[in-house]
Amino acid sequence: MARTRRTPLAALAAATAVALTALTGCGAADMTRQASPYADAKGSRTVTLSVQSWVGAQANVAVAQYLLEHELGYRVDTVQIDEVPAWDALSQGRVDAILEDWGHPEQEKRYVEDKATIARGGDLGVTGHIGWFVPTYFAEEHPDVTDWKNLNKYADQFRTAESGGKGQLLDGSPSYVTNDKALVKNLDLDYQVVFAGSEAAQITQIRQFAKEKKPFLSYWYKPQWLFEKVPMTEVKLPAYEEGCDADPQKVACAYPHTPLQKFLNARFASRGGDAAAFLKKFRWTTEMQNDVALMIAEEKLSPQEAAGRWAKENEATWRSWLPS
Amino acid sequence: MTATVTPAPPSPTTTPGPTPPTGTGTGVLRALTRHRGRLVVACAAVALFLCSLFLGTGDWPASLSVDLSGPLGHASDWIIDNRDGHPLFLYFLGHVSNIVVVSVRAVYLVLLALGWAGVTTAAALVAWRVAGVRLALTSLAAFAVCGLLGMWVPTMQTLALMVVAVAASVLLGGLLGLAAGLSDRMHRILRPVLDTMQVLPAFAYLLPVVLVFGIGVPAAVLATVVYAAPPMARLTALGLRDADAGVVEAATSLGATGRQRLLTARLPLARKELLLGVNQSIMMALGMAVIASVIGAGGLGDRVYQALASVDVGAALAAGVPIVLLAVVLDRVTAAAGERIGETPAGRSGLGWAVAAVATAAVALAGRLSDRLSWPDGWTLDIAEPVNKAVDWMTAHLYSGVPVVGGTADWAGRFTTWVLNPLRDGLQWLPWWAVLLTIGVLALLIGTWRTAATAVLAMAAIGVLGVWDPALDTLSQVLAAVAVTLLLGFALGVAAARSTRLGHALRPVLDVFQTMPQFVYLIPVVALFGVGRAPAVAAAVVYALPAVVRITAQGVRAVDAAALESSRSMGATGRQQLFQVQLPLARPALLLAVNQGVVLVLAVVVIGGLVGGGALGYDAVFGLAQGDLATGLVAGAAIVCLGLVLDRVTQPTRRHDLAGKGA
Repeated sequence: MARTRRTPLAALAAATAVALTALTGCGAADMTRQASPYADAKGSRTVTLSVQSWVGAQANVAVAQYLLEHELGYRVDTVQIDEVPAWDALSQGRVDAILEDWGHPEQEKRYVEDKATIARGGDLGVTGHIGWFVPTYFAEEHPDVTDWKNLNKYADQFRTAESGGKGQLLDGSPSYVTNDKALVKNLDLDYQVVFAGSEAAQITQIRQFAKEKKPFLSYWYKPQWLFEKVPMTEVKLPAYEEGCDADPQKVACAYPHTPLQKFLNARFASRGGDAAAFLKKFRWTTEMQNDVALMIAEEKLSPQEAAGRWAKENEATWRSWLPS
Repeated sequence: MTATVTPAPPSPTTTPGPTPPTGTGTGVLRALTRHRGRLVVACAAVALFLCSLFLGTGDWPASLSVDLSGPLGHASDWIIDNRDGHPLFLYFLGHVSNIVVVSVRAVYLVLLALGWAGVTTAAALVAWRVAGVRLALTSLAAFAVCGLLGMWVPTMQTLALMVVAVAASVLLGGLLGLAAGLSDRMHRILRPVLDTMQVLPAFAYLLPVVLVFGIGVPAAVLATVVYAAPPMARLTALGLRDADAGVVEAATSLGATGRQRLLTARLPLARKELLLGVNQSIMMALGMAVIASVIGAGGLGDRVYQALASVDVGAALAAGVPIVLLAVVLDRVTAAAGERIGETPAGRSGLGWAVAAVATAAVALAGRLSDRLSWPDGWTLDIAEPVNKAVDWMTAHLYSGVPVVGGTADWAGRFTTWVLNPLRDGLQWLPWWAVLLTIGVLALLIGTWRTAATAVLAMAAIGVLGVWDPALDTLSQVLAAVAVTLLLGFALGVAAARSTRLGHALRPVLDVFQTMPQFVYLIPVVALFGVGRAPAVAAAVVYALPAVVRITAQGVRAVDAAALESSRSMGATGRQQLFQVQLPLARPALLLAVNQGVVLVLAVVVIGGLVGGGALGYDAVFGLAQGDLATGLVAGAAIVCLGLVLDRVTQPTRRHDLAGKGA
């Protein structure tokens, strides 16, 4: 019985395969050139930008999108993706550009140097820095907390139900670069790293702490709009030196200052016309990015409204980005 | 509403697996088990006591585990290096990907061409033809709200993606179900495959799918199909297997060939199951709409996800509501279609459809001529601000310092300290063999040797995968969440069964809880309970509660009226009736509720990882975020194993099933 039944199934499978090939014109399919089905719905030129989950990245994309649409006549699609998958998407041409990269040496080697499917797009103009922060209201009361050597003294005050008997070091999204677990161990700190699991959760928790003026210690990064709402002071870790974070097990130093980078899909970089030229020239300052980020996160403007308002007030800045 | 029980993403156990009549061997087996039970418990207790005398570490021994990061890392490198050149991609996967893109685009363009007026009219008319005037008005209102919230275009994108994903799921599920329905061997082979497809957390297979297809719509559609096809397959198989033997026999005696029997007797007889399968596939696919946004599916899910990045609950809700509305409309229309099968006289319905088609075309044309294709900008309603204000107020007033009862943060703290911590530490402190032993004994008491073996092997697999500790952490959270869910769910369910008014009032609330994308309540739970395992438990409870309430209410309500009447005539009070008649008689339903609670709670473990639940949920998210196939897949596999363990330990009805199958 079973044997006779398998025949129609096999036939069906074969027919599907034939139909598949026929439908798509027999040839080889190019996995590197596939656009979104929603793109170009009205026959316009489209640029696809990847957005990372933090508001700073949203701000870059919002302004780029606004100018591409209003000044250069493109249609812009945005896709929200985590950092590492974004590299992958960039190499395949699913997105055309990443506007804010915090340093992924492994991906850079693979895609920029070995495969040459991704091209460098230059500095964003913003320098990023990761660190440990305590709220300024707490740092003012206890100035010595800002040195890592005194952290153990305050472990009790940073304790939460989640961290058990130790102090809580609040960490964020799994997509972030972090050595915190190793740091706590190697610096011999009486702390427990608690992963908030997403940036949204971490921000929400920080704001709840701040509302009650509670002490907390958190992994956080600059530039970030939250500093305007919850002033925070950095805790000094052993100074960063080139290569001190090379071995993830032995790392015992602070995080570096990273000039944030732009990356473009290689094909887009060479044939992307005005859009590619514009994105390469896009370069602004931390303050500018924060202005836009705050409008999005605090005033709850849509990214496009925020970008529009910024563009109106800063024409001198963005004029120079436009291809002449 | 008919579909009340079904919109829950059905677990392997709700979607009815065939429950054949108890085989002859079962009676003996059951008697054996019952007598064996106490003996086993006694032995286990003694063994545990003896073993605890020389307590070692609780950890799974490193020598017994396998590190998969090497091979899985190689696999992902291979895909990345060969994606652009290997024939497998050039001549097969690439085409699959292209077909998906072309189909989604085609549907999307049609929807855009119809314009908002055309789409809304079409939806209302289809609902009218299939399910009557009331549902027509509901769908009219639903689509209007999508537009009003300023979500028209994302709604159409999601709809286009859904149409293609559901069509593919129904096709694939139908074929698998056909195979399983016709061949016993296929049925046996497919069951564990379908179980795994449903229990494996979507996050775990998003990464492999992304590696192969890249970010975007093709990957999203395929991930959705993996998730949405199993119920279709199960129900198709069920329909074919349950087809009235008499009719099939008659067809055979008339000399029908196998194919003729299938097409003229078995498939038509299975129509109801097939439609229920379609309904279930739709609901599952919508459940994936938001998760798929993590890999660039676009549409409503992407709006929810982006709103979260700026911690904007209001905006997330504005994009979440259309998802709920789509789910409600699609669910009720397909459910009504299933019920109405065979009711409508064929002649009239053809005319009705023609009228509907003409009306839609006319409206679409009118829209096109008057250049009103896209939703008018002025006709939108901003709900984000009031919602955010409400959330702010809630968290500001409930978080802490509420007199007498304490704030939610205090509850969360106490819950963590007094329930979650002891539970986790206890489980992790137990020696690994004691855990295996306990699970084996529990499964044996409730099921058979076979279920016990499955449970123990699944738990051991977790150890072998090298995630013993995080798995026990996750287990402790699941157990705590299930306990809370059952406590609340039974109470609400019983209350709803006894008071019709409460039942009616609860229904829409449960609908919303069940279909609202979980990402929407990620921020509120953190705002109320802080970061950690407590909000993870809260999110799980919110998600699993509706199913438990519904199954309980239905079970209690379905208790034989005669039994209730006779107890009343004997002078039983309401309380006595409840505890001595209704609850005992509703036992099977309550057990099903327990099982559903477990399965659904487990489905939210990954969301728990996003709010600080840590453990396996965090690993699954980490795997996707860092492109780390090993971490993500191993965590996913461990969650599947936990699911197996918990299912086997909470599903006594399985015994008949297994025994019956053996017989």
